[in-house]
Amino acid sequence: MMAINVQTLIPLFVAIPLGMSLLVQLVARRRHAVAETLTIITLLALTLMSGLSVGQSGIYHLGGWPTPVGIDMRLDALATLLLLVVSVVGLAVSLYSVDYMRRFTARSHFYSLFLLMVTGMNGVILAGDLFNLYVFLEVAAIASYSLVAFGCAHEELEASFKYIVLGSLSSALILTGVALVYGMTGTLNLAHIASRIAETGMSMPLLLAFGLFICGFAFKAALVPFHAWLPDAHPSAPAPVSAMLSGVLIKALGVYVLARLAFNVFGIGANELSLLRWLGLLSMVAGGLLAVGQKDIKRLFAYSSISQVGFMVLGLGLGTPLGLIGGLYHLVNHAMFKPLLFLNAGAIEYATGSRDLRQLGGLNRQLPVTAATSMIGSMSIAGIPPFNGFWSKLIIVLACIESGFYGFATAAVLVSIVTLAYQLKVQRMAFFAALPEALKDLQREPPMMALAMILLAVGCIVLSFAILTGLRDPWLIGAAQQALTAGIFGG
Amino acid sequence: MIYSLCLLLILVGLYGVVVSRETLKIVISILIMNHGVHLLLLLIGYREAGNPPIVDPGASIASFANGAVDPLPQAMVLTSIVIGLGVLALMVALCVRLYERYGTFDITEIRRLRG
Repeated sequence: MMAINVQTLIPLFVAIPLGMSLLVQLVARRRHAVAETLTIITLLALTLMSGLSVGQSGIYHLGGWPTPVGIDMRLDALATLLLLVVSVVGLAVSLYSVDYMRRFTARSHFYSLFLLMVTGMNGVILAGDLFNLYVFLEVAAIASYSLVAFGCAHEELEASFKYIVLGSLSSALILTGVALVYGMTGTLNLAHIASRIAETGMSMPLLLAFGLFICGFAFKAALVPFHAWLPDAHPSAPAPVSAMLSGVLIKALGVYVLARLAFNVFGIGANELSLLRWLGLLSMVAGGLLAVGQKDIKRLFAYSSISQVGFMVLGLGLGTPLGLIGGLYHLVNHAMFKPLLFLNAGAIEYATGSRDLRQLGGLNRQLPVTAATSMIGSMSIAGIPPFNGFWSKLIIVLACIESGFYGFATAAVLVSIVTLAYQLKVQRMAFFAALPEALKDLQREPPMMALAMILLAVGCIVLSFAILTGLRDPWLIGAAQQALTAGIFGG
Repeated sequence: MIYSLCLLLILVGLYGVVVSRETLKIVISILIMNHGVHLLLLLIGYREAGNPPIVDPGASIASFANGAVDPLPQAMVLTSIVIGLGVLALMVALCVRLYERYGTFDITEIRRLRG
């Protein structure tokens, strides 16, 4: 393979989607086909670039200024993993939007905001200092607030207002944390902060800052005491946006930053680890139990997202290499099957006009691609053995047992069973029950929507085989775990 | 002392967000909270009787670093204010749209989402 200088790629991860989102507004305000093509090409390019940067790392100095003065963007194995996930899910979602968004007006705005959201997430992943992390976080957040309200109906506006109020609160907490860290260490660069903290140890204000970060980013990741916005915001958005929000936004803005700050910057201790574990346990259990009773498919999947994020944070909170691998592997898996399930729900809504499980039934004849891919997604998320979700949950449970937390392991197993229960409920009520009279003659799903769902289903199956390569080898996920354990480089 | 006043301002904003019933009052409370955070950031770079952070030609860097206030928090606050403006515009637009749909600013009457 041709050696690519990764240094030249790093700024492009942010610059390309940012430039394209402006270009879409300039050239394609009325020509929707152009906007669609530009978005798909952009996401294809990003997927290619993140594929090329696998196994490489580097620091890009913005404007050529050296580190203490200028702004850094850093790429390591963990960042590559997240970039790859964002690009692949973004590609599937942009393919899906071509057909799905036909019902909406002002579609070029949708594509602009979508690209801005990708810009923000890529920026957060690559940011080398706290303040730029905050800025990109706000870019992604503002784009997602307006995408949730995109349909401008009653529920969407209400959900978006809830989301923006809680999102602004969490951003204020995060900014306060940034201010405290800058006041105590005199630097914003992540690597410098890490080395200062390693020298001086944690003082009271730094502990307060860390607490503020945990609250702020737990808001963004929708961990349980901070989850109130997610079950409203994610189902109300158009299906491609729900897929993006649940699939990657809560991970890039929440789980990733939490892991980066906890392990690489603050050098987390036993107390903080147990806090993460308990947050994870709480979200896992509460999200799972709340999902069972839902009648709205997308709302059910939204609660399920809370539960699955709990699994990831529980894995990360163990702090052992096996736990980190389990958490990161589950993060990647969830980024495949949750968008898939949301796209399935969108396809059902597109065909039948309803998301209420009680009004659906017998769709496996009417929507064969949706039914087949949704079966794969359901089995993956529920942890049925050959599929990817089983392996990541197994690793998390094994890591719990390895660290001696038998209670957490039992809870994880029980929540897996709850997951199976609510996924079976969706399968039975939407796809297998008797077909209601009203749904006798449905159209098949349009080709691009089917293509996007097949892409993500194939992603699930491919990730199932990742276990065979041996995750401890410094391959994608193993390398990301090593990046978390080894600490931040450069400076 | 003055730090605790910033904290007070943040808490006033937080209190407003929690107890307000009108969408616009919630927006104003968030604004107050944000400005509390901005003041805290500015205070961190503040130095009593400090010079403006402009390097005179010929002046040594060491004497500049000893005398001037820290310009970095000021730059950050400026950025953060601009971000806040974007969020504020979006929030107010949402309030207007909500008023068009529901005919009220009262959040206890804007509740179709449940579960």
